[in-house]
Amino acid sequence: MIAIGRPVHDALQLPDFGDLTTGFRPYQERQTMVIPSTAANIAAPSASLELDADVLVIGGGPAGTWAAISAAGKGAKVVLVDKGFCGSSGATAPSGTGVWYVPPDPVRRAKAMNSRWDLGGRLADPAWMRRTLDRTYENVNHLAEWGYPFSDDGNGRSIRTSLDGPDYMRLMRKRTKSAGVKILDHSPALELLRDETGAVAGATGIRRQKGDPWLVRAGAVVIATGGCAFLSKALGCNVLTGDGLLLAAELGAELSGMEFSSAYAMALEGGSVTKTRFYEWATFTFEDGSPIPGAASKGGRSVIAKALATQRVFAQLDKADAETEQAMRYAQPNFFVPLDRVGIDPFKQRFPVTLLLEGTVRGTGGLRIVDNGCATTVPGLYAAGDAATRELICGAFTGGGSHNAAWAMSSGFWAGSSAGDYGQQYRGRNRRYVRAGGVGIADGSGRAIDAAALTRSVQDEVHPYDRNYQRNGEKLEDSLGRLDGLWSGIRTAQAASLGEAQRTREGVAMLATSRWMYRSALSRTESRGMHKREDFPKKDDAQLHYTTTGGLDEVWIGRERAPSPELEVLAA
Amino acid sequence: MIEVISEDRCTGCNICVNVCPTNVFDTVQGGIPVIARQDDCQTCFMCEVYCPDDALYVAPQATQVTGVTVAELERQDLFGSYRKSIGWVRGGRPRPTPEIMSRLDHH
Ligand SMILES: Cc1cc2nc3c(=O)[nH]c(=O)nc-3n(C[C@H](O)[C@H](O)[C@H](O)COP(=O)(O)OP(=O)(O)OC[C@H]3O[C@@H](n4cnc5c(N)ncnc54)[C@H](O)[C@@H]3O)c2cc1C
Ligand code: SF4
Ligand code: SF4
Repeated sequence: MIAIGRPVHDALQLPDFGDLTTGFRPYQERQTMVIPSTAANIAAPSASLELDADVLVIGGGPAGTWAAISAAGKGAKVVLVDKGFCGSSGATAPSGTGVWYVPPDPVRRAKAMNSRWDLGGRLADPAWMRRTLDRTYENVNHLAEWGYPFSDDGNGRSIRTSLDGPDYMRLMRKRTKSAGVKILDHSPALELLRDETGAVAGATGIRRQKGDPWLVRAGAVVIATGGCAFLSKALGCNVLTGDGLLLAAELGAELSGMEFSSAYAMALEGGSVTKTRFYEWATFTFEDGSPIPGAASKGGRSVIAKALATQRVFAQLDKADAETEQAMRYAQPNFFVPLDRVGIDPFKQRFPVTLLLEGTVRGTGGLRIVDNGCATTVPGLYAAGDAATRELICGAFTGGGSHNAAWAMSSGFWAGSSAGDYGQQYRGRNRRYVRAGGVGIADGSGRAIDAAALTRSVQDEVHPYDRNYQRNGEKLEDSLGRLDGLWSGIRTAQAASLGEAQRTREGVAMLATSRWMYRSALSRTESRGMHKREDFPKKDDAQLHYTTTGGLDEVWIGRERAPSPELEVLAA
Repeated sequence: MIEVISEDRCTGCNICVNVCPTNVFDTVQGGIPVIARQDDCQTCFMCEVYCPDDALYVAPQATQVTGVTVAELERQDLFGSYRKSIGWVRGGRPRPTPEIMSRLDHH
């Protein structure tokens, strides 16, 4: 088994860790491949739109667009499919995003890495942090060359530490197109294709505005479908249902860090704009106006979650003065639009708030990566952005932004580049194409899944603060009992129709994701980063490992060695 | 949630049908688009941002329909206010001085 973060381990002479260096034995037998044998999987797959490519990129957020551009830069023929619209879809597009952009000055770089080391529960990998900082710096500078309108700091220096989502993604769409990439919008991928060797060979899905299927045969596939926020309506997140995780797992791919999936972000009650930064200037109160002891956006969010379980919570940005307000309104205009529209002055008035689940979007778990090119354990399959584990650069916690955006553009760049090289070797080769999708794929033979009911059942287990935010063994077991039961109930069932195919697969993906999450959470018997166990409130340094998981009918749990903090020289 | 398309403002360009990530709108032959799947709206405001004619309004309430009318929105001058706020208008939006912006750093 290859340990994550090879470069560090290779560079340093490691003492004998016994089991740790080779990886723990999985607690259960691993399923390496899930190949359902329905009729649809045996017949040569076909569709009304069929394309051949060297690289297929699934997902058109920052990770997917960077991947597509970098694959095209390798001379590959690239197709990018998005469930929504590449440019407006995903978590970045409607938002603004801070970027981990640090000039290559050793002192500043060391400071940047150290500042997150403890916050991330010391699970990050310094080698990956370093290369992500390098790559992000390069990529953001490319954005400037491509005409991104960075503002000036007043002294002639352009400010490159943040990007406006709509501008950034509009530019990325334009660059993707001009790189010669074919984009299919409103074309969710529903399942992967594999060849006779088990390597990935493309994907199929539907064009939902045309009502017909598409199929792309490809030498390599990049999963860039973002995280999973369980349809919580957090800003831009309802397209993010863990689809790519399911697709990859059906080919036997592994995941890592799925216990770090309890991100909740603050919004106006009943609203969607989950911008949390400015709540650092807020005072939190109960309905009667009395302050909530210990409540804070940073470091006191669990107090707010606890209060919200039984009553309303109010905020007022009373710690900001008029000038700060001016700066805030410029920095994050979309924080204010909802408030303005309901007639609330957040600086002078108290307003009710809520916490919305962002799951793995601002969590850190995702597909496990096994080399510097962001390969997964499946030949030809790469992962990038929120669909991949971000433990490598931020460990067990992402907190406020910057890292995820940096990771999306860096991992996208690497995944696209390696997929570009790998995919071209299949040009002109004969392959057998087999559909790899399992539960919920419509072939008209099985029982139909009620997608809406399935989704609600999964949400009932993962949305509640007292289950997911504050976890404990008993409740995790309790939820897993029901979630595993749901899986057994639908494992031979199908989508009701082609029109229901997307919703059905989203439901199945969320169900699979919730089981990987809670199984991983159950196995980590400590609190680290965002993973909080009521029954194990302390950190246990014997658990400085990455939790790996995968499997569909049987979810397995394994461990991989994480870089050891004692051996890391972080400070300059 | 998406609330209304103003018939007076909309020119039927169908950009919103294209950009909506959750496929809320349907095109109408020879007419302006309709809000076909309001429940699927994720309240991301992207349709407002992209509409060239400021003909759409998304209420900040993500979980319920407010029923706000076109007349009311016109009276309050709310059409196009999201696009304006993020600076997708001629001239963009003015950046406060560096001194003021630095207020956000030293917190
Ligand atoms: C409100 C908010 C604020 C944030 N602020 C910051 C910040 O300040 N700094 C920071 O670093 N990070 C921030 N983040 C996180 C950041 O937005 C994400 O890390 C980033 O968007 C990840 O990029 P991505 O390309 O992996 O995924 P996304 O941008 O989420 O894109 C995924 C794409 O995949 C598509 N897709 C999904 N399923 C399928 C399918 N089956 N078939 C085809 N396409 C599919 C989706 O439509 C979408 O376009 C924020 C997140 C939120 C929600
Ligand atoms: S984008 Fe605006 S003008 Fe164009 S069809 Fe939609 S509502 Fe009408
Ligand atoms: S707010 Fe977003 S999800 Fe809702 S209709 Fe507009 S673009 Fe679609």
